[in-house]
Parts: sequence; structure tokens; C-alpha cells
Amino acid sequence: MRSHLADFDVVRPTSLEEALTFAATRVGVPGGVTPLAGATDLFVPFNAGQLAPTTFLDLQGIAELAMAPRWDGDVYRLHALSTYTDCRRDPRVAERLPLLVAAARELGALQIQNRATWAGNIANASPAADGVPALLAYEAIVELASVRGRRTVPLDAYFTGYKKSVRAADELLVAIDVKAPPSGARHFFRKVGTRRMQAISKVVAAGVIERDASGIVTRATLALGSVAPVTLRARRVEASLLGRRLDEPTIDAAVRAVREDIAPIDDIRSTRLYRARIAERLVRAFATA
Amino acid sequence: MRLELQLNGHATAVEAHPAKRLLDVLREECGLTGTKEGCGEGECGACTVLLDGQPVMSCLVPACHAAGRTVTTIEGLAGPDGVLHPMQAAFSREGGTQCGICTPGMILAAVAWARDRASAADAGEALAGNLCRCTGYTRIFTAVATALEASRDAHDGAEG
Repeated sequence: MRSHLADFDVVRPTSLEEALTFAATRVGVPGGVTPLAGATDLFVPFNAGQLAPTTFLDLQGIAELAMAPRWDGDVYRLHALSTYTDCRRDPRVAERLPLLVAAARELGALQIQNRATWAGNIANASPAADGVPALLAYEAIVELASVRGRRTVPLDAYFTGYKKSVRAADELLVAIDVKAPPSGARHFFRKVGTRRMQAISKVVAAGVIERDASGIVTRATLALGSVAPVTLRARRVEASLLGRRLDEPTIDAAVRAVREDIAPIDDIRSTRLYRARIAERLVRAFATA
Repeated sequence: MRLELQLNGHATAVEAHPAKRLLDVLREECGLTGTKEGCGEGECGACTVLLDGQPVMSCLVPACHAAGRTVTTIEGLAGPDGVLHPMQAAFSREGGTQCGICTPGMILAAVAWARDRASAADAGEALAGNLCRCTGYTRIFTAVATALEASRDAHDGAEG
């Protein structure tokens, strides 16, 4: 443990109102406020002495944020403290939103899944967030709260750059709404990494395809991780599939389109070239599966 | 903060910084050095403990998140008379341990899975978060399998 504990404070509000009021008072204060949910990501740089001194705003004592995820018709609502394990344990999620279960199962290991939260994965805004693409594929909606009120943002519009987002310093991510596609939709998830668990991906893909009775694509979403400064929707791939049958020319066009959607780099986990090749193969698998 | 928790079956209270790692609170404030630090970044599972019965990496748990909750460490598995937990006995019998650093976390993860088989499809998934550099894993998986078998036999016997 390389951080000096004395450089860090922890406030532990017991209501959302109290948390938001505190966050508002810390705007512009050096070190600011850092919301703390499952701690599985924040505590890595914290342990390594790489986290700037801050005040942790511990969310665990806030009942509204700790509520279990719940279904309202076709919409599954995750709260700020909903974990990957919460999703894995709900058979209806496996049936209606299988990408969430597929992503949860391969994120870290059980010890991480028991603590890590979907909201935390979004809030960190890492381009390698392995939970986010599944949410993007389902066109999830994020709900933000502050003393100024509440607002909703499509997850696709949430990330603005490398580890940057539209969340203001005094805002908390309180909930995520995920709408289940109609039955018959095709759900695709593939994580490519060094090993299946306990390895952040080199490339991760999650997508949904809906087709009409004649096989024409009526909706296509494909989200990719670790191939750009943000997790993103592959809009050109989606456009190349929409309104078409999944025949060879269409699939080939989709594979070409992904080159324009991504901007991979060389880093500790992989190379630009490998990521570009794998992204193309994932698009082919997505459109063929 | 004053941290109150149920630790290995005993109501316990210690004074600790709320952001101190649960791993360090257990080792330093509570004197329970069975919980090991491996990587310190949630990759290796050596520091695994059970928090409300669920396996967690104690190097990634702030002390305040254990407040009012139940924590089980390797010291809490054996009976009061010192009789090993069946999973500990199986690891010992099958040679599922060598240098011993991964062993407490490995056993706790295995115990959690044995109690809640729906949490993972198989032992490989249940123990994917626990790395071992000595054994090659084969004897670990044998130990887990024999412990599960023994507990099933015991259960069948109790029913019979």
C-alpha cells in the first residue's frame, strides 16, 4: 500500500440528498470528490500510490443507490451500486439481456464481480471498460443527479474523450436503464484477451441484430471497446447492415466499414495492427453468427 | 473510525482509517496474518476473504465497507477444537499447496463455491481469480473435487 492514508478523507452519507449536497460544496476544491462504489478500480491506483489525494464519497450507505436492480416491463434498471453478480443471478437478465450476463461473467473473476458496479465501469470512462459495450449495444440510458436536479443521457453520448464524460463534478451516476430487445433478436458478445477471466480485453464487441420476417435488418447495434479513446458504437458498421440481408456482400461491406469506426493504438495489452485485424473478424462474426 | 464487524464468528471492534485496506486491517489491527498480500491490485486472489459469505479481494476493500458486515478469513474455517474444515483437509491430503501464499485465498474461494454452486459453472470458473505459481493447479482441483465428494457423501449419510 503506497498511498498515505492521511492524504485521503472518506465521507459516508446516508442519503442521496446528503451526498449531492456534499458533492456540490466540493466543486473547485483541490482534490475534489471521488465517488466510491465497489472500489475495484479506484483501489488499484490507490494501492499503487498513483491516486491524487482526494475525498472519497462513499456511496455504500445510500439506500436508494443500494437497491437491487429491478424490472419495469421491458426495462431493467440498474442502480449505482448494482454489481455484475446481481445481473448474473437474475434468470430474466440471462433470457432478455444476455449480453449483460456474458460481459459480467468474463469481467475480472468472481471476487471482482461481487463488488464491481456497472455504474463504476461507466464513471471511470476507460476505453477498455469491458462492461460498457454490452450496455451500449442495448442503447442504455444513464441517469445523473445533482443538487441542480436530474437528467438522463444516452450512454452513447456520455463519453466525450479518453476518461472524459459529460458528468459534472457535482453529479452522481444514480441509475442505468436498459431496454430488452424483442424476442428473436440476435445477441452477440465476444471478448478477446490474454485469458478468459481476470484479463482486460484487447478488443471487446457486443451487438444486437433485429430482422424482419424476410431477413432484412431492422435494427443493428454494435459496440466496441479498447479500439479508440472511448468505448463506442460502430456507426458505420451499423449503417452498412441496416435495411439489408446478411449476405456476403453486406458482410464484406460491414467488415470494411469498421476500419472507419475505430482508431486503435499500441499499448500494454495489444497492438494497433492486431486490434484492427481482430475488430474486422469480430464484425464478420457478428454479422454471420 | 471505529470499525465494528462480525469477524470469524466474533463481534469485533477496531480503530482504523476508513480507507485502509481490509487486508491491512485484518493483518495489522486484528493480528490475522493468514490473509496474504500477493499483487495488491486485485489480480491474484491471495488476499481473498469472504464478505457476507461472498469471496472478495481484500486488497480492494476499504475498511469502511466491512462495517456492520460479516468477514471470514482462513483463521475462521477450522472448528474451535482445531479440526480442519473439510476443504482445508482436502488441500492438505491431496497436496493442493506448496509455498502456501495462494492457499488461504484459494481455500476460501473454493469454500464459497462449495456453499453456493450456482455462483460458477465449474471449479475453473470459481477459482479463476486465484493464481498459483507452484502447483500447476491439478492437485488444487483434485482437492476441491474430493472435498465436494466428501461433503456429498456426508450429506447422503446424514439423510440415510
